[in-house]
Amino acid sequence: MPKKIIKPVLSAQEAVKCVKRGDSVMVGGFNYGGIPYTLTDALYDQGTDQLTLISNDTIYEFCGQGKLVAGGRCKKVIASHVGLNKTTGRLFHEGKMELELFPQGTYVEKIRAGGAGLGGFLTPTGVGTVVEDGKKVLEVGGKKYILELPLTADVALIRAFRADRMGNLTYTGTNKNFNPTMATAAKIVIAEVDEVVNVGELDPNNIATQGILVDMLVLKGDSVYASRT
Amino acid sequence: MLPELDEKLVRERIAKRIAMEFEEGEVVNLGIGIPTLVADYIPEGKHIIFQAENGAIGIGPPPAVPNYKCIGAGGRFISLLPGGSFFSSDISFGLIRGGHVDATVLGTLEVDQRGDLANWWIPGKSVPGMGGAMDLVVGARRVYVAMTHVTKKGAPKILKKCTLPLTAVGVVDMIVTEFAVFTIKDGKVTLIEIAPEVTPEQIRENTEADYEVAEELGVYRGLEVV
Repeated sequence: MPKKIIKPVLSAQEAVKCVKRGDSVMVGGFNYGGIPYTLTDALYDQGTDQLTLISNDTIYEFCGQGKLVAGGRCKKVIASHVGLNKTTGRLFHEGKMELELFPQGTYVEKIRAGGAGLGGFLTPTGVGTVVEDGKKVLEVGGKKYILELPLTADVALIRAFRADRMGNLTYTGTNKNFNPTMATAAKIVIAEVDEVVNVGELDPNNIATQGILVDMLVLKGDSVYASRT
Repeated sequence: MLPELDEKLVRERIAKRIAMEFEEGEVVNLGIGIPTLVADYIPEGKHIIFQAENGAIGIGPPPAVPNYKCIGAGGRFISLLPGGSFFSSDISFGLIRGGHVDATVLGTLEVDQRGDLANWWIPGKSVPGMGGAMDLVVGARRVYVAMTHVTKKGAPKILKKCTLPLTAVGVVDMIVTEFAVFTIKDGKVTLIEIAPEVTPEQIRENTEADYEVAEELGVYRGLEVV
């Protein structure tokens, strides 16, 4: 089914209703920057569990997607760094949650490959380390590469700056991070934004995510984290 | 035993020494901790382009007013100099793996004579994840290790072979500690400079790796104007 041309602007509570038990959910953000805090709060409040969380890091227990981990909502986390949120490591070591870690560049490229229709890619990162365990290592031009596979999700929660009603998005500063890439790699994409404007009001040269990728728009909330990001 | 130096002095000394390594116009990525300080010691008049793996290039001094939309890889607020820009993580790691970053500076737990380093996980402790370190050391054209010469317990960190899970194999070009500077080239480690507080014998006693001493062993550069 094609996506709607004009995207609904919903409350975060309405928007996250599409996330079901057991879904894989990508969440944008690097450290505390560019996280869709209003959406992660709404998903936390909704109580949906058995999620596979795909986020670069799991930030802190008390905010963003870190709450989903600390609240026991995730059966699995796929990330590159989870050191700030000690609960992530604890749940993993207690056998209560799966944890899959990738080098950050590999992690984002897996998502890019997922969104770009690639069957995988070859990277030199991790050769000779535990990262290559269980993976194919191929030699190209005398150099070793690890075959890494694509990553997609049921839903992506992303943070952009401005949206038009067609779902075209612009980003600002280092909030960009994983957000535009994740927008390409999930069946349903929900964007949290500072502002929604009329179609034609965004400079086409500045649109970094095409509206055809986006399903729903949510205005950022007024929590401390959401409002300042 | 190595002499005990003030912690602040140690950090500044290492950062300042590494800051001498870059050429005009080079693109450099700095890790967290001591490496972050390197930016403060770039010689006057030299222009280095700093990159952060979360998606920024042309990073300048920290801003006067916090801006949560503008952070560096260590989570500190950053500013951009004129000509700088922001980009997504896939572009950022394309720059890194693609060989467009000249140098990276990072701390480590262990480094060995093959140029392997281990800086992301101590088995038995909770696994924090490798973040961007593995891509940076594989992708950057030169890798600088900035670290104290020995552990807090006095054990060598420059080893014959790393014991911890590796970050990468054979990638380190230079090791800078508070007491010594080593280069690693073609699988050969060379001690090129030592600090005035120590003797070559003390360095030998506190370094497990096999290394040669440069024919003209230099005094640790950058100390004269501290």
